[in-house]
Amino acid sequence: MTTRAEAGRSEPTPAVRMRDVSMRFGGVRALDGVHLEVAAGEVHALLGENGAGKSTILKILRGVQAPTAGTIEIGGVPLAAHTAEAARAAGVAMAFQEMSLVPTLTVAQNVFLNREIKAGLGLIDDRAAVAEAGRLFARMGVAVDPTAKVADIPAGHRQLTEIVKATSQPCKVLVLDEPTTALSRNEVERLFDYVRQLRDNGVAVIYVSHRMDEIFRIADRATILRDGRHVITAPMAEFTLESMIAHIIGRRSRGFSDVVREQASVGAPLLEARGVTGAGKPAGIDITLHAGEVVGVAGLLGSGRSSLARVLAGVQPMTAGEIRVKGRPITIARPRDAIDAGIALVPEDRARQGFVAFHSVESNIDLPNLGRISRRGWINRAKSAELADGAIERLRIKTDGRAAPVRSLSGGNAQKVVIAKWLATEPDILILDEPTAGIDIGSKSEIVRLIRNLAKSGKAILVLSSELQELLAACDRILVMSEGRIVRDIARASLDGAQGGDAADAAQHAEQKLNEFMQEARGGFQ
Amino acid sequence: MTDKPATPGKTAFANWRDYIIYIGFVAIFLIFAVTLGDRGFLDPNNLLNIIRQTAIIAVVSVTMTFVLSTGEIDLSVGAVAGLASVVTAMAIDQFGIAGGILCGLGTGVLVGAVNGWLTTAVGIPSFLTTLAMMGIARGAAMWVSGTAAIPILSKTYTGIFGAGNLGPVPSLLIWVLVIGIAGHIVLRRTTFGRQVLATGGNETAARYSGVNTASIKFRVLMLSSIAAALAGMLYAGRLHSGRFQFGEGDELSIIAAAVLGGTSLFGGAGTVIGSIMGALMIGLINNGLVLMGLEFSQQLIARGAIIIIAVAISQARRR
Repeated sequence: MTTRAEAGRSEPTPAVRMRDVSMRFGGVRALDGVHLEVAAGEVHALLGENGAGKSTILKILRGVQAPTAGTIEIGGVPLAAHTAEAARAAGVAMAFQEMSLVPTLTVAQNVFLNREIKAGLGLIDDRAAVAEAGRLFARMGVAVDPTAKVADIPAGHRQLTEIVKATSQPCKVLVLDEPTTALSRNEVERLFDYVRQLRDNGVAVIYVSHRMDEIFRIADRATILRDGRHVITAPMAEFTLESMIAHIIGRRSRGFSDVVREQASVGAPLLEARGVTGAGKPAGIDITLHAGEVVGVAGLLGSGRSSLARVLAGVQPMTAGEIRVKGRPITIARPRDAIDAGIALVPEDRARQGFVAFHSVESNIDLPNLGRISRRGWINRAKSAELADGAIERLRIKTDGRAAPVRSLSGGNAQKVVIAKWLATEPDILILDEPTAGIDIGSKSEIVRLIRNLAKSGKAILVLSSELQELLAACDRILVMSEGRIVRDIARASLDGAQGGDAADAAQHAEQKLNEFMQEARGGFQ
Repeated sequence: MTDKPATPGKTAFANWRDYIIYIGFVAIFLIFAVTLGDRGFLDPNNLLNIIRQTAIIAVVSVTMTFVLSTGEIDLSVGAVAGLASVVTAMAIDQFGIAGGILCGLGTGVLVGAVNGWLTTAVGIPSFLTTLAMMGIARGAAMWVSGTAAIPILSKTYTGIFGAGNLGPVPSLLIWVLVIGIAGHIVLRRTTFGRQVLATGGNETAARYSGVNTASIKFRVLMLSSIAAALAGMLYAGRLHSGRFQFGEGDELSIIAAAVLGGTSLFGGAGTVIGSIMGALMIGLINNGLVLMGLEFSQQLIARGAIIIIAVAISQARRR
C-alpha cells in the first residue's frame, strides 16, 4: 500500500492508466489482464500482430466497449462510464483507421461534424469553419483544401483530415491507428512534426503502426501485446528491430505444421508480367510465375498488393505494362479477358467481391463457368449439378448441399466456395488475395495445403497475404512489396535457419527474418 | 423411403413464405367464392374477365421481374404502353398491319435503347432515367395523337392483339402464357437469367466473375420497354384504338405484382410465375371489390391495404 502511494507521489500521474484489463467475447478471451500506461508528453507505440488485442484495448479506451474486468483512469480519474461521450469528455481523441468521414460533406464540415460553429440565430457558420479548419491544417503544415468534398480528395488528405478532426478539440490522449498508410513521405514528415508538437504540449499520444521504421523514429516507449496478453513495456532505446519483432511474433504453434512444402519441380513460365502499372499503386511491377510454383507477395498495408492482383485479373485497369501468358502476349481490359486467358482471382473481400450471399452454392460456382455448363445460352442442369457436387466433394465444403445459400456456410467453407468457383474455370494461374482472412485456423491450414497441391498439379500460384506464417507455409518464393514496387525477391528456403532446430524454431526463425526484410525494405526505400 | 431425412418437410415449412403468393391467391379466391358466389363471382365469364383485365399487367410484370432482379427499376412502362398504342394505331392507318406492329415494337426498342444507354453509359440511376422517360413518352403520345383517340379498323389486328378468342380462350391469355413461360425459362434456365440474378444479387462479385453487368442492365431495360410497347399494342387491340391515356398508373400495379410474387426490390431474387400470380391477385381483388359494391374511393383504400398486408408478409423474411 505505502509503496504504491509513494510511487504515486514521486511519479507524475500517467495520462492513461489501464490495469488488469480483460475482455471476453463469449468463450473467446480477447484480452487477459493487460496493462497500458502512457505518460503525458510521450509518444507511446502500441504493437502486436492482427488479433493481438490492440483494437480491443483501444475500443475500451475510447469507451465503445466495456471491459469484462479492469480499471481505466484518464489523468488519474477513473472513466465515469464506458461510453464514447465519457471518454471524449475525459480527453481521449482518436483518428480512425477506417475512415469516419462523410464523403459528401466538405473537409471543413467533416472536421466540425456534430459540433458546428454557430453564427447568430443558431445557424451554422460555414465560413468560420473553413477558416478554422484552414488554420488547423496550416498548423500541421499540410495543404488540404477545407472547402473540397471529402469524396474528391486523395486518400492521404482524408487520413490527414481524420487526424485534424481528432485534434481540433483540446485532448489529453490522442490515439493514432495506422495514420500513415495513405500518406506521401513528405506528409509523413509533417505528421511527425505535428505529433512531436502535440507531445511537447503534454498530450499523450498512442501510436499504432506495423511500420517499424516509423515506430523507431517517433515513439518514446512501446507496449507489445500478443494473443491478448501484455508482453513488455519499455523505452524504445531498449529495443532493436530484431528484439521487437521477436516480442511481437513470440514462439507458439503456428498451426501450419501439417503443411508439407516439398521442393516443387518448377516448370515453364506461365505468367510473365513486365512493368505492370495501375492507377495509383502498382508501379512498374515485373513478375514471372512458373508452373508448379507458389509465389507470395508480402507488404504492409497500403503497399499496393491488392491493386496488383486486381490489375492482373482485369478488375482494375492497367495503365502501362505487358502481360504474357504461356509466352503469348495478351490484353486484359476486363475480367472476362483474364478468365479466358486462364487467370483466376480469389479476391480479398469475399463477401463483397467473392460471392452472392443469398444465392446457392451451385449458382455461385456456376457464375464464372456459365459458358462451360451451357450450350447456346441454355444451362445444362446436369452439368451444373455435377460441377457443384464435384467441387463440394473435392474441397470438402461443409454444406447442406449444393442448393444451400452461401450465407449459411461458415467463413472457411464460404471461402472454399469462392476457391471452388475459380478452380472450376480450370485456370493455369491462380491468384489468391488474403485467402485465409477471417477463417479458423483449421480451415487456414486446409487451404494452404490445397494451394500446395494445386501447385503440384502444375498451376502457377500467386498468394498475397498480410499473414507471414501463411506465406511462409505456402510459398516457394516471397516478393516484398512497398510503395507499389517489388523491392525484394526471397527464396523461401533461404529463410530457414542453418542450425538444426525443431520445426517451431525454424518457423520462428523464418518469420523473424521475413519480418526484418519487410521492415528493411521500407526503411531502405525511404 | 423410410430413411429419407426429415429435411425436405422442414425446409418446405421454413420456406412457406416463398409460396405466400399462392397461399394468398387461393385464400382470397375462396373467400370471394363463398361471399360473392351469389353475385356471379364464379361465373366463367367473370373469371375470364379477370384474366382479360389483368393480362396486360401480367405481360409487363414478366419483364419487370428481370428489371427488378438486376437491382434496377423501370417506371416508364405505363407511359411507353400509351405511346406505343398511339404509334401503332397511326401506323396501321398509314402502312397496314405489319407496319403497325413494326412501328409499335420499334417504339419499345427506341425507348429501351435510350433508357439503357442513359442508365449504363451515362450512369444516371434507372429510377431517374425512367421517371423522366415516363413524362417524355406520355407527352410524346399526347403530341402525336393530338390527345385524340385513333381508331383501329383492322379486325385481324384487334383479333390477334387482345380482342379476339381462340375457341373459348381469350387471345390475351395466350399472350400471357407464351410470354410468361418464355420468361420463366429464360430466368431459370439460361446463362442470361443467371447473369441477371447475379448482377442484382452482388454486382461487384458478378463483375469479378466476368459478367458484363452494364450489358445485362442494358438488355433488361430494353426487354422491359419492348414488353411495355407490346402491352400498349394489346390495349390498342382490345379497345380498337390508340389512346395516350392507356397504361396510366400501370407501372405501380406492375411493380406491386412483381413484389407480391416474391421479387425483391433490391435485386438478386425473382420469379416470373410469382409475378404473374401477383398480377392475377391484384385483378382478383379489384374484381371482388367491385362485386362487393364498394364505391371507387373505397376500392382504392381496400386494395391498398390488401397489397400492404401481402407485401409485409412476403417481405418479412428478407431482412
